[in-house]
Amino acid sequence: MALLSFERKYRVRGGTLIGGDLFDFWFGPFYVGFFGVTTIFFAVLGTALIFYSAALGPTWNPWQINIAPPDLSYGLGLAPLQEGGFWQVITICAIGSFVSWALREVEICRKLGMGYHVPIAFGVAIFAYVTLVVIRPVLMGAWGHAFPYGILSHLDWVSNVGYQYLHFHYNPAHMLAVTFFFTTTLLLSLHGAVVLSSVNPQKGHTVKTPEHEDAYVRDTIGYSIGTLGIHRLGLFMALNAGFWSAICIVISGPFWTRGWPEWWNWWLDLPVWN
Amino acid sequence: MKNLFAIPLAVTAVTLLVLAMMFGVGWDRPPVAAEQIGFRGVGMETVSNPRVTAQLEALNQMPPPPYELTAEEIRDSPLAGEVYENVQVLGDLPEVQFTRLMAAITEWVAPEEGCGYCHNLENLADDSVYTKIVSRRMIQMTWNINENWGNHVQETGVNCYTCHRGKNVPEYIWFENAGLPAAQGAMGWRNGQNIGSGGVAGTSLPYDPFSAYLVGDEPIRVQVQQALPASTGSTGGSIQSTEKTYALMLHMSESLGVNCTYCHNSRAFGNWEQSPPARTTAYHGIDMVREMNTDYLVPLRDTYPENRLGPTGDAPKAYCSTCHQGVNKPLLGAPMLEQWPSLAASP
Repeated sequence: MALLSFERKYRVRGGTLIGGDLFDFWFGPFYVGFFGVTTIFFAVLGTALIFYSAALGPTWNPWQINIAPPDLSYGLGLAPLQEGGFWQVITICAIGSFVSWALREVEICRKLGMGYHVPIAFGVAIFAYVTLVVIRPVLMGAWGHAFPYGILSHLDWVSNVGYQYLHFHYNPAHMLAVTFFFTTTLLLSLHGAVVLSSVNPQKGHTVKTPEHEDAYVRDTIGYSIGTLGIHRLGLFMALNAGFWSAICIVISGPFWTRGWPEWWNWWLDLPVWN
Repeated sequence: MKNLFAIPLAVTAVTLLVLAMMFGVGWDRPPVAAEQIGFRGVGMETVSNPRVTAQLEALNQMPPPPYELTAEEIRDSPLAGEVYENVQVLGDLPEVQFTRLMAAITEWVAPEEGCGYCHNLENLADDSVYTKIVSRRMIQMTWNINENWGNHVQETGVNCYTCHRGKNVPEYIWFENAGLPAAQGAMGWRNGQNIGSGGVAGTSLPYDPFSAYLVGDEPIRVQVQQALPASTGSTGGSIQSTEKTYALMLHMSESLGVNCTYCHNSRAFGNWEQSPPARTTAYHGIDMVREMNTDYLVPLRDTYPENRLGPTGDAPKAYCSTCHQGVNKPLLGAPMLEQWPSLAASP
């Protein structure tokens, strides 16, 4: 991997959370740190277990490999490896490596004197995953409520869990999450289009400045949030997408057991028209 | 400065709406109960609130017979047809059993009105009261269900209480179009949608899938059986018919208090090999209800007085919730023929 000429000036000592100077070194271009070591440990162990579990399974077809959580009858207990135990250990490894990676990001932020935006953003994604495989199963009383690790099998889980509540599009938090997902991608595409257009002018024209971008957006939609603001807005939209995804699934089951359409009876029953 | 008022107004409205959705809905809470009905991890399960389940159990108790009869009493009794006049459907029953059944039907259907709800008390044999004609036909319908629809009602069977539950008219019945409000102009035809009807679980789906499927015989299966279908006509349903099917399915789910995965693996809705066995029972139930409506309930239209008919003058009809009333087995599977063998089959 190429070492950029300015890479060296980002190599700041200190800022570690755990381990002091012991792991405060770089491996090629990569910062290691205590959490780099734990990331590698959990990631390698988890990946190896995925391959081991797949090897014991009936297929090497990558679409069909399925590492499923235990039967509901195991509740919140441990299951034998081939009956969901692999899933449980792999889940521990996944959470271990994701959280390690986020904490390594925190150490890098501290080294560079940055805000914690990046680890917080990644933390929201981890929160969504932990909601699916830990928080919701614990609330419902069995690991078997979590989703399986497999390309097609996890899609089956998504489909069936959606239909458990008759029509998941009526889930109010799902509505918010979907809206945030669409909006954040729309914003990203609009923002990216403006930036790319500005820096790739037609032949004979000069590269445009952010002021030009602002003027273009104001002319087009009446308001420009500005060069810094668009990134804050994008982050807000993206984090809300992940956050409300977590909310929409954690309320399905623990806090609502019937069909989601029925939830909207509060609207049909409003005294305005009822 | 109109905006000065618009902003607090909007904030108040939004606050009220949020309060309504936070506190105006019956949220559940852990612990919840769940039952696995397929391979682990693929979400084939039913989830329920045990507090609600306890309430349903209290609501779904089969009342005991009004009094007990001994085998000797039944053996020594003459037949009802020999004792009474004009006993057209239960004449082969021993008189003591017949009288006990009449007492039970009174408790099941007309506990407040008593015998006079169906009989002319001056002359019990008289056929002048319309309810007597209807109940005679209902006994025949009960026989037909218990005798010929074992693939739906199994050995449990049904009796009058299955639907009536102490009411003259079963609580869950349906009528045709009740004067649907229509939008104007090009938006006038709404395909029965966006009503929020309880019959289809309060969704925006067409509110009356029942005329098409539970009286009529329109095809319910709409799923395409091949990738990239060449034309909609030969390979699957239109969007409208698909939504009508979805509406019927939601009615079934709500009626039985179950979800889609109770009968289907949603990765392949139409595939019988991947479906839980309950789907077979439900499949026969659709045919059974269609026969109940077309052979028994709809033809009774001219027997009913006007106040029993729907807004368009049609007879009251049955659908899944008529018997199920929110549980997967009516009365939670209480045996309904054990005490009432006379309702099990026509003599």
